[in-house]
Amino acid sequence: MSEHLLELKNIGKRFGGLVALDAVSLAIKPGEIHCLAGENGSGKSTIIKIMAGVYQPSDGEILIDGKPVSGMTPAQSVQHGIQVIYQDFSLFGNLTVAENLALNTLLLEGKRTVNWRRVRELAEKALARLGVTMDLDADVETLPTSGKQIVAIARAVMADARLIIMDEPTTALTRHEVDALFRIVRDIQAQGIAVLFVSHKMREMLEISERLTVLRNGKKVAEGPIGDFDEPAITRAMTGHDLTDQVYRWQPTKGDTLPRLDVRNLSIAGSLDDINLTLHAGEIVGLSGLIGSGRTELALALFGMHPKFTGTVKVDGTGVHPRTVQEAIASGLAYVPEDRLTEGLFLTQSIERNMLATSIDNFVRGLFIDRSKTAKATTSMFGAMQIAAPGPYTPVNHLSGGNQQRVVLARWLLTGARVLILNGPTVGVDVGSKAQIHRKIRELATQDGLAVLMISDDVPELVQNCNRVIIMHRGRFVDEIGPDVLDEDTLNDRLKALK
Amino acid sequence: MTLFRRSEFIIACILFAAMIIIGLINPAFWSLDNLFGLLRSNVIIGIMALGVLVVMISGGIDVSFTAFAAAAMYLTIKLMIYIGYEGVFLPFVAATLIGLFLGAFNAFFIHTFRMIPLIVTLGTGSVVRGLLLGLVGTSVINIDKMPQQLIAFAKTDLVSLTSATGTNFGLTAMILIYLGLALATHLFLRHTMAGRSIFALGGAPEAASRVGFNTRRTLFFVYCFAGALAGFAGLLHGSMIWLANPRDFAGLELDVIAAVVLGGASIFGGRGSVIGTLLGVFMLVMVKNSLIIMKVDTTWQRVVVGLIIIVATALTAWRDRKKLV
Amino acid sequence: MQNSSFAKRILGQDRNILQLLVITVLVFALMSYLNPDKFLRYYNFESITYIMPELGILAIAMMIAMLTGGIDLSVVGIANLAGILAGVFFHSVIVGTSQSTGMVLLYTGIGVLMALAIGLLAGVLNGFLISKLRITPILATLGTGQIFTGLAVVLTGGPAIVGFPDAWNFIGNGKILGIATPFILFVIVAGAVAVLLTRTTLGVNLMLIGTNPRAAIFAGLRKDRMIFYSYMMTGLLAAIAGIILSGRTNAAKSDYGASYLLQAILIAVLGGTNPAGGKGRVLGVSIALIALMLLSSGFQILRFSNHLIDFIWGGFLLLVIALNAFRNSDR
Repeated sequence: MSEHLLELKNIGKRFGGLVALDAVSLAIKPGEIHCLAGENGSGKSTIIKIMAGVYQPSDGEILIDGKPVSGMTPAQSVQHGIQVIYQDFSLFGNLTVAENLALNTLLLEGKRTVNWRRVRELAEKALARLGVTMDLDADVETLPTSGKQIVAIARAVMADARLIIMDEPTTALTRHEVDALFRIVRDIQAQGIAVLFVSHKMREMLEISERLTVLRNGKKVAEGPIGDFDEPAITRAMTGHDLTDQVYRWQPTKGDTLPRLDVRNLSIAGSLDDINLTLHAGEIVGLSGLIGSGRTELALALFGMHPKFTGTVKVDGTGVHPRTVQEAIASGLAYVPEDRLTEGLFLTQSIERNMLATSIDNFVRGLFIDRSKTAKATTSMFGAMQIAAPGPYTPVNHLSGGNQQRVVLARWLLTGARVLILNGPTVGVDVGSKAQIHRKIRELATQDGLAVLMISDDVPELVQNCNRVIIMHRGRFVDEIGPDVLDEDTLNDRLKALK
Repeated sequence: MTLFRRSEFIIACILFAAMIIIGLINPAFWSLDNLFGLLRSNVIIGIMALGVLVVMISGGIDVSFTAFAAAAMYLTIKLMIYIGYEGVFLPFVAATLIGLFLGAFNAFFIHTFRMIPLIVTLGTGSVVRGLLLGLVGTSVINIDKMPQQLIAFAKTDLVSLTSATGTNFGLTAMILIYLGLALATHLFLRHTMAGRSIFALGGAPEAASRVGFNTRRTLFFVYCFAGALAGFAGLLHGSMIWLANPRDFAGLELDVIAAVVLGGASIFGGRGSVIGTLLGVFMLVMVKNSLIIMKVDTTWQRVVVGLIIIVATALTAWRDRKKLV
Repeated sequence: MQNSSFAKRILGQDRNILQLLVITVLVFALMSYLNPDKFLRYYNFESITYIMPELGILAIAMMIAMLTGGIDLSVVGIANLAGILAGVFFHSVIVGTSQSTGMVLLYTGIGVLMALAIGLLAGVLNGFLISKLRITPILATLGTGQIFTGLAVVLTGGPAIVGFPDAWNFIGNGKILGIATPFILFVIVAGAVAVLLTRTTLGVNLMLIGTNPRAAIFAGLRKDRMIFYSYMMTGLLAAIAGIILSGRTNAAKSDYGASYLLQAILIAVLGGTNPAGGKGRVLGVSIALIALMLLSSGFQILRFSNHLIDFIWGGFLLLVIALNAFRNSDR
């Protein structure tokens, strides 16, 4: 019996000319909780897919129980006891909890018919192994995220898993739910199952894992028992540089200028409770809290997507009540959504069309679009945002994440936005671009006088860019950290204190 | 899920209310003669609807099956006449196989080229109908030439009665075939892994292949099943009306799809039931056939079918929208 | 230099147009080879300019619906209903031959407006069902198509309406400066739609919405309204096709042009329209139209029955699907 359950030796993976993984080695012992850390684009998802048999490595060797395995298919990976829980959970929303739990086992046994009593028994057994109970007859699509995750874990355990790989499992969970998840993880560890956590959240890695492997730009940059690491060390490994101390602090202008954005007593039944927020020109305010804390709802309400809110909103002293997105935009509000690919960009369309999507009405002369005006605007934005691309007609799906985000920002600059709401502005952006985008955001605040509300989970990002950070929880503002005390430790501690 | 929240229950309620209203307008609706006639009209559309139901659960759509039905019916009967074969069982096997084979074409194109099913099946339907009418023939085979055993078989009644006016009427035994197929489809969908794989594919295609379902096999099965049922229904239709017209069934696909949607199946896949489909078929056939006894001109039939589709889909859209909020 | 960049502009970034041109030339060469005497006659091409426009306009309508990832299965129903409504109107106002030419012209004008209005109204209904009630376009237009065809049946009671005024028939059958009137109409419609799609905000909005409807909401595009307009346009174009069709044949019937639905979809897809939305050009659709008209006229000259031509169209659709899939996997 080998010491390692799964061992990857010098794995390389190329897609065309792009090197996604470069000689990465990773070894997982039976029953250990291992953490694979790295920023987005570091090669984490590629390595998951190699372990799941979805991709074949270009170089290197995979050993399972010490024996080399080549040309592993997804089915073989499952047979070796490897189960991957993807972020979307791969569950069937239209089927019941019981059936979702039992399907794997039935498939594995090569059953042709379905014995529904056995389905229930299997499901009960699966949930019992995790020590949880839930309604077996509920359709999975009616469950909250944490419920779906439990179903996904229980299903993986049922399939005689020896290694469960969890891709960013805590993203959508409250602290309370994260604790529950960790209890379950320790529980399945006690049953001899190894768990590979794939994450970029340092705090959770330190809390749960025993060993840590860090990837950066497709290379392994650090490895060792968790005791060898502390937060700065992990950050350094993940980002490749020490945290810059270059932080942004807004200097309040003298005299009482009108605030750019003034929100009073904003509430939405069931999601937001009495929000009061004042943003001045040149200010960057961070907004953090767990997913589901109401921070995205607040942004969407200001952006006209929750028209049924109560309370008052003023932009530059003028009262607005955005009932539609168009009204919000006309009032000078702009929102850069969380998920750039599905909510922000028109991927197959040109950079020009993406930039002008919102402001195209301003470029119309008579009945038609004035092409010389659009070309001028695009060219000037190209320069201002330092977009690296062959030209304005390049489809945005040919751009890097950083350039894509700059295209989205350019779109809002062209609308003459005065209040910019950014939701996860640098998610999926490589380190170099990240700094540039941060610089650009600060420029927009200081030079163009925009007020910026930055929603983020990224503690260093918040500390570096914001002059104060507000913490939301259950639809309320529960905490605010001012410029004098804002640093990473304080923010981390306050976030951790959320119950 | 409680009984009352199930969409089948709601459909049944609407159906029942509609029956009462029609019965009030013209009590002749409740005569056994009329009811038997209605059930008879259910058979062909119903069998085809079972196939379309399975396709829809898998997340697809099929508009080619009526062409397949016509081809299976016409080819089988032509062949029977040509070789002088008299019999019942083998011709039905042949018609079913023709439909199945044509269905495999749909699956092949949809799977291999990842093209949306609507456009593929529009194409295959046109190809099959064009070949049938262009190469095989356009002439109607009437009762003199029709294989007599087929007609005799389809004439089988479960109950035979004589009305007050002295005409004979009965309940066709073909309804048993329909209900048998419906039961088989229900058992298949509910109690076999292959059946569950169709729901899985329709609910989350990516997840279905991740957990290890053979989605290619499922897709082939689904379109072959729809084709096979259409082929079977085609020959049965010819036997029941004592004619084989290669132009038959044109436009019927809309009625069948309407019935399945009416029965609560989702065009996005993953949802639908045999019971709902049976109710949907009955509802559609009943409303269409009852126009006459409600003294509405039959030229309004298509308008009524159109309205039914719109109302049924608007209701489902409304229901699903509430879920999204 | 100037020339090549112009050619590049016209051909666009997709190689689809080029592929289409090659297919068209191949079809032309094949048909000329198989039947040089009849195919290459002027008469043959002239008759194509009469038959092509109605189908071409339906195909452009179909493309517009597909730009936002939708489809309009009711176009043929709208076209027939428009022709029949005008026909019924003519029958009720023009009795015998006693009327003056001026009156007949006026009535024809009113008939055209009625046909266009019913097309627009039909489009409004489709747009309402799809953008406001959020019914899937396939089902919504399947249903409305039945309603429109059904209303056409109700209006006529079944048989065809014949005997349109001459001025009406001129739209489908006449000649202006030696060129078929319907062809001139087609060129105007195609040009107008092309400009609308590339040079107006509506066109750009439709492309963006079709590419990513979610992002369109976050970018503040008036998604519902734009989709609504697109189906109004579709309905209007279908009515124009209906006017041409009934003018050309001097008749209108509820089940005319049933095979046009498939053909319109085929031409749209062949012309490079992505049925999932976001991509489609009038130029591509027009070339695809010409290729298929050459193909079917060639087969007609070869005495293929209409049914076999249906078969060939269907086969062509499947072939194009295969070809596109192959080309995409190539990259």
